[in-house]
Amino acid sequence: MTTEVGSEPEVKKEPEKSSEEAQAEQQQQLAEQPAEPSESEPSAAAEPQPTPTDSTKPDNTDQQENAEAEPSSPPPSSGQKKEKGISRFLPPWLKRQKSHSQVEPKESSSPTDTPNQTLTEKQEEEEKEEEEAEAAEEQVGKAPEEAEKRQEEAGPKEEGEAVSPVVEQPAETKEVKAEVKEEVKAEEVQAENNSVGSVETQPAKEEKEGTSAEKKGEKGGEEVQESSVLSPLKLGKKMKIVVCHVTLLDGTQFPCEVEKRAKGQYLFFKVCEHLNLLEKDYFGLSFKDNADQRCWLDPTKEIKRQIRNSQWQFAFNVKFYPPDPSQLTEDITRYLLCLQLRQDVSSGRLPCSFVTHALLGSYTLQAELGDYDPEEQRLDSIADFQFAPSQTKELEEKVVELHKSHRGMTPAQADVQFLENAKKLSMYGVDLHHAKDSEGVDIMLGVCANGLLIYKDRLRINRFAWPKILKISYKRSNFYIKIRPGEAEQFESTVGFKLPNHRAAKRVWKVCVEHHTFFRLTNPEQPTKSKFLTLGSKFRYSGRTQAQTRQASTLIDRPAPYFERTSSKRISRSLDGAPVISVSDHGHMLDSARTPGSGENGHDPALELSSDSKSKLRVQGENIYVRHSNLMLEDLDKTQEDVLKHQASISELKRSFMEAAPEPRPSQWEKRLTGSPATGLRLQAQGSAEDKLNSEINGQPEVIEVVEETVVIEEVVKAAKPKSSAPEVSVTVASSATEEVPEVKEEEEKSASSDSESEEEAEFHPQSPSDSAHHIQEEPEEEQEQSQKAPPTNAEPQQDAEPETTDKVEAVVNQQKEEDEKTPGEETVVAPEDAPNGHHVQDGEEALTSLGAVAEEEEELEPCVVNGDASHAETERVPQVICCSEPPVVKTEMVTISDTFAAQKTEIATKEVPIVHTETKTITYEAAQLDGTGDGEPGVLMTAQTITSESLCTTTTTHITKTLKGGLSETRIEKRIVITGDSDIDHDQALAQAIKEAKEQHPDMSVTRVVVHKETELAEDDD
Amino acid sequence: MQADFGRFTHAVIRAAPDSLAAQALRSGPAELQVDMEAVRREEEQYVSVLEKTLGLRVVRLEADEELPDCVFVEDPAVVCGNTALITRPGAPSRRKETEALKTALANLDLNIVEMTDESATLDGGDVLFTGREFFVGLSKRTNRRGAEILADTFQDYAVSTVPVLGTLHLKSFCSMAGPGLIAIGSSEAAQKALKTMQQMSDHKYDKLTVPDDLAANCIYMNLPDKGHVLLHCTPEQFPESAKVFEKLKDHMLIPVPNDEKRKVDGCLTCCSVLINKPSKLILTTSLAQISISREGLSTSTMTCSTHQQLGC
Repeated sequence: MTTEVGSEPEVKKEPEKSSEEAQAEQQQQLAEQPAEPSESEPSAAAEPQPTPTDSTKPDNTDQQENAEAEPSSPPPSSGQKKEKGISRFLPPWLKRQKSHSQVEPKESSSPTDTPNQTLTEKQEEEEKEEEEAEAAEEQVGKAPEEAEKRQEEAGPKEEGEAVSPVVEQPAETKEVKAEVKEEVKAEEVQAENNSVGSVETQPAKEEKEGTSAEKKGEKGGEEVQESSVLSPLKLGKKMKIVVCHVTLLDGTQFPCEVEKRAKGQYLFFKVCEHLNLLEKDYFGLSFKDNADQRCWLDPTKEIKRQIRNSQWQFAFNVKFYPPDPSQLTEDITRYLLCLQLRQDVSSGRLPCSFVTHALLGSYTLQAELGDYDPEEQRLDSIADFQFAPSQTKELEEKVVELHKSHRGMTPAQADVQFLENAKKLSMYGVDLHHAKDSEGVDIMLGVCANGLLIYKDRLRINRFAWPKILKISYKRSNFYIKIRPGEAEQFESTVGFKLPNHRAAKRVWKVCVEHHTFFRLTNPEQPTKSKFLTLGSKFRYSGRTQAQTRQASTLIDRPAPYFERTSSKRISRSLDGAPVISVSDHGHMLDSARTPGSGENGHDPALELSSDSKSKLRVQGENIYVRHSNLMLEDLDKTQEDVLKHQASISELKRSFMEAAPEPRPSQWEKRLTGSPATGLRLQAQGSAEDKLNSEINGQPEVIEVVEETVVIEEVVKAAKPKSSAPEVSVTVASSATEEVPEVKEEEEKSASSDSESEEEAEFHPQSPSDSAHHIQEEPEEEQEQSQKAPPTNAEPQQDAEPETTDKVEAVVNQQKEEDEKTPGEETVVAPEDAPNGHHVQDGEEALTSLGAVAEEEEELEPCVVNGDASHAETERVPQVICCSEPPVVKTEMVTISDTFAAQKTEIATKEVPIVHTETKTITYEAAQLDGTGDGEPGVLMTAQTITSESLCTTTTTHITKTLKGGLSETRIEKRIVITGDSDIDHDQALAQAIKEAKEQHPDMSVTRVVVHKETELAEDDD
Repeated sequence: MQADFGRFTHAVIRAAPDSLAAQALRSGPAELQVDMEAVRREEEQYVSVLEKTLGLRVVRLEADEELPDCVFVEDPAVVCGNTALITRPGAPSRRKETEALKTALANLDLNIVEMTDESATLDGGDVLFTGREFFVGLSKRTNRRGAEILADTFQDYAVSTVPVLGTLHLKSFCSMAGPGLIAIGSSEAAQKALKTMQQMSDHKYDKLTVPDDLAANCIYMNLPDKGHVLLHCTPEQFPESAKVFEKLKDHMLIPVPNDEKRKVDGCLTCCSVLINKPSKLILTTSLAQISISREGLSTSTMTCSTHQQLGC
């Protein structure tokens, strides 16, 4: 035990220290400290300082709270109180965040001076934006900014802390997301100037705190609709309101009041709400910077800081062009995409031939005017439409000619046809950036869904698909991609491009990171990643990926929202009562009813004309449904929050572990460990997810309508057996570690090379399953290193066992526990999965088969479950017996995460989807146990019984088996709890309850493993 | 775009001038005697397949003795959809070939785009249209500027450039053998070019590798009543490669001899410009010949008169 304990504290530190980044952070923090002792110190100290004594942690958090709370005079006391109450359950970092948020508002609001200073500073910073390196000077008076930054930093740190090297792995899936969201939420809170305690408490506060009715109402709406991301925000008392002007895709202006310090997200959600848009992840807000370059508004950052001196003028645009628009769920989304494409086409941004111009134009007419009507449509009126950059009479005639042939086509169908043709255009969805190649030749970089395209003039001269790209980085005005070696090549190569300036380089880098994440990954990358970016921007795409948004879209269950299709040109005409003018689309049902002559859907044309009426209309019949969908979304959100909770609990657990007894470890080791395991896991997780995706795509879509969440809890009481760390363990670990190694290396490289220019560069490692494999092959030596390192990580799981005993943790966060467990386990999991990519696939498949795997596990009496692999069994150790001298083999936990998606989602769409993929997730948690299974002792089965009980939404199956192993009798109780249901059910709650009950029933036993198997429906997606 | 890939209604061909034998450009050994009789026989067979077997409307252009290479109509024009790009052939001696072709294509109601830039050269033989995008071989006959103009002409499609080394044209070792199926030679240059194309493309292509580079030049069509049609080398000419083609089960396989013109770098695709011009023109056809061939060898031809539209 002692050894374990000792290792744990170290573990804690490791994450931070392990990567050079950590050092960088520390430095930063140090720099910050002088400036803002009150705020920064506690956090910085707590995190960076490897406090050997775990007990300090809780204290730290409290201190932090106090420290932060004190300086801030106005912060709502109620919130704090609540915080404290809840704080017990919250991990230190979470608290920290809260505190930050609290502090920030004060600083920003109370000292009137700061705003100005911050402004200027901000401007400066903006250039560097997320780049870490800040001059000490800048920090003075920058409090708010710093706070933010710290928050950002906190993300990674948190992970480190909460997850610790071992734990980090789970982070990949749920935690990562959770963190991201957390950050977002926290930021939002800040934006609102409200000091909101914890996420959980927010709702209550919201209501308590009086704010302008409008805002409240709006927020309420937002929350309902946007529940997924928006956290309830309070309005600060001192907020300053700014009116943003957003140019919508139909050319209209949408004025929106926002608090001056609001995040981009807030405005974006406002706009989406206004548009009644649910599938919003494809869209974004853009603005023109000083150089008249179009920039994307970062949702996670303050608007003001991004736009600098520019006007509060934005444009709502498509940011990620879906490769297959037909997969969008709602017509309104397609409509908006159409509008964007019409803009793109008519502006020449999306080049196409005469014929295509004509064809697209004809669909536009059909969608907006309905069937061709010789009475209404004369060529001169057609001329109002802009079909092409240079429009000729000939084109217009052709458009009309084609328009005639579309008779009977509904607006929605016309949009679909429009998109089907537009998506084939070679420049569809390609974001072009001017650059020069290494020889100074003018080229264009085109970022698209599949990768990076290189154009010289109009010719494509090269293409780098995402899987080929190992790393994306920029340095000063240079943009680099590191290319995976080809089959015949030995080494990776780096291709550099020269951008006009630093900002352009950063812009293209950002766009690449975002596109890669959105289209290639299934989950956004963890902030953890930043570890590997030694210095430089921490920017990551934090929104949903396409896969996620598709999944989320399946949850949309509302009748097609009403919306008008009005071309900007045609507005005036509607008054004539001309049928054609504004074509409203009520969805498929109404489509057929639509006739050219009849007023659209019986809507009063006049109504449709005014923008006001729009909103009214929207409010009407659909309200109920909107609510419904909102609810669902909220649930989604909830899951996120849950994840957060989980994290909190995890950190709590860790803390308790730490408190036990820290042991110093070789720091180098730690560093390596921390960094690498996480990476490895992440890689795996992604890999598996991707593989799964692929398999889904390629394979026959399985039609599974049942969504289930299965939790298998195995309680095993065993006599402690002395464990010999089997060599095997290390082996498994090694394999997992291998993946990570490359990254570590890279880090090192970076750190070495990039010190001086930290501000100007950033790197991004697109991670893909193949990467790991590749690395493994290339760097066998490292593997060994890793393997050695890996063992320490394992130590953590044991600690987990302890936390389990604490009721708090359990009660509050049951699933969290699981997560904790998962985290440690993940490493182990990695082992089996790692080496060959194929493994991932298998996992995924297992998951797909869903319950099958779990069921099997249950049925197996032997301790090794889930992957049921020997490796797993081998890994299991007795927590207490740990060899600290060497990279001991201590670990017992095994986590399998086959599906990352599932983590986010607890609910299932009720909507009928013809083809449904089932996403499943299996999480296995195993506490360190005195399990000899690994040693190959099968044990003798003495008794076995199965009990089944059912309650509301849970079915509990209990297996009790007694086995005789090596003279020791072991009683293993396996409980399989199947929680079935959709949004209404709080799975976490149910799970928690189940675990709690299990514990109560068997107080003398400990939970050794929790397998969470989630199945959710996912709309079929393809590429 | 992809849907009607391979759909053709018309073919433009041009008779071989007698000057071909002596003056046609050739990359191979000059000693090889070209038998004009054989050339004409091949030509006849070629036209017969297009016209009689496949039911295309064949537009024949007169030979021009001043233009020894004029039989290779592929090079002076690139037709895609409704647009014809009149190229600027890389060989100066062939520049005038465009005139007759331009007229013919204009008569078919195609939108004519001319490559007037003096710095641009492009041979149609370097243009591989896959149905989804263009690949343009940068060869002795085709330069980047020519490719750019092609890209400007067919803006819907991505145009990627592929270095061509060692052979005359890009299509000297590859061609489309089906939708998404690239026939490719086995030579190193061919394989390298294929790799380049695969890397440059967002689309996945299957490949049909044939032992002989020249055999990889085949003509794919997707015709209304016949489905997948493939004109390919004869077993006499490339026995091994022919076997590969014969494995294509879904295709109507038609071996077409091309031994003589090969001596002057003529490939199957070189000898025609294929056009998809639905409806109107075809309406005027009252007599059509429909031929059904099985396994590409035994061909039974029946003639019927019809007053319906054909094709399209």
